[in-house]
Amino acid sequence: MAEIILGQGNRPAPSLLDQAITGRVPGVITTTKDQLFGMARKSSLWTLSFGLACCAIEMISTYMAHHDFDRFGVVTWPSPRQSDVMIVAGTVVKKMAEPIRLLYEQMPEPKWVIAMGSCATNGGPYYRSYSVVMGVDHIIPVDVYVPGCPPRPEALLYGILKLQEKIMQDAKSSGPTP
Amino acid sequence: MAQHHNQGPPEESPPDFDQLSQSRRELLALVEDVFQQFHPQPGVLKDLPQLKVDSGSIASLCQTAKDDPRLDFKLLLCLACVDYEKYFQLVYFLQSLTHEQTLVIKTDVPYENPSLPSVTSVWQAADWYEREAHDLFGVDFDGHPDLAPLLLYEEFEGYPGRKEYPLNDYEEF
Repeated sequence: MAEIILGQGNRPAPSLLDQAITGRVPGVITTTKDQLFGMARKSSLWTLSFGLACCAIEMISTYMAHHDFDRFGVVTWPSPRQSDVMIVAGTVVKKMAEPIRLLYEQMPEPKWVIAMGSCATNGGPYYRSYSVVMGVDHIIPVDVYVPGCPPRPEALLYGILKLQEKIMQDAKSSGPTP
Repeated sequence: MAQHHNQGPPEESPPDFDQLSQSRRELLALVEDVFQQFHPQPGVLKDLPQLKVDSGSIASLCQTAKDDPRLDFKLLLCLACVDYEKYFQLVYFLQSLTHEQTLVIKTDVPYENPSLPSVTSVWQAADWYEREAHDLFGVDFDGHPDLAPLLLYEEFEGYPGRKEYPLNDYEEF
């Protein structure tokens, strides 16, 4: 519990609120509303669980006990209505483009997108193919690109950490939450 | 464009029946006998017995292959379409679970307006194979319940499975 710091001399001790504002109460931090929300958001990223190709296998193994996505507060969630992050894990074919767009629209703000693997980044091995979208950023805005074919689970973990950094930076600069 | 990867139709050489095992040679003789009315040409595909028939009779032939207790081809393993640039070839792999035999049936359809009877009434499994062939090669299957695009999206134009289809013909989505 907070330890009360006594005032000096015969001046009255500052009120608890003043102490909190000056950051002099142990165990209490002062911050802005945006940063507080940012911390909450980055620590509890719920990802929309869907996979498109082999990248999904790597994504699934990232969720599992060995790599344990949960330690970053990342929980897989089967509905876009409560999700924060969409991990586009795999090849985006043109037939799938519309459902992806729809899923993205169904997610509440603020929302973020991770393009996982080279297919979701720019088409990868299917570059300029008749059926493949050249990167998911042609249909939805992307925050973090994770390279690899497919990326190792560590790479996806790093991508989530980068996204957390981005969320905090946006909160600090009061920038646009995507 | 075409000559870059044109391998042409396979060379017509007399089939080497020695590659077949004894039981498969017996099967080939049996199916030739059963399908006499369709005038099949016997052949060999690697080590599998193969029959080549006219595309018009494919549905009734397949129905016979499924119903005849001596053949009992209850399972359609695969239905593939091959572009030989002058014609399309459809390859049916049939499996008999009781007799543990595999039979290959080949049939040619012309390049212009390719069309042949559907075998969905014989095996439901043919449904998606035929839709795939319709998507990618433009082969029409008469009697198919619904030839809606399976792999491609609705507005897609062209047949990307064909060799004449330009590679890297990307259209911005």
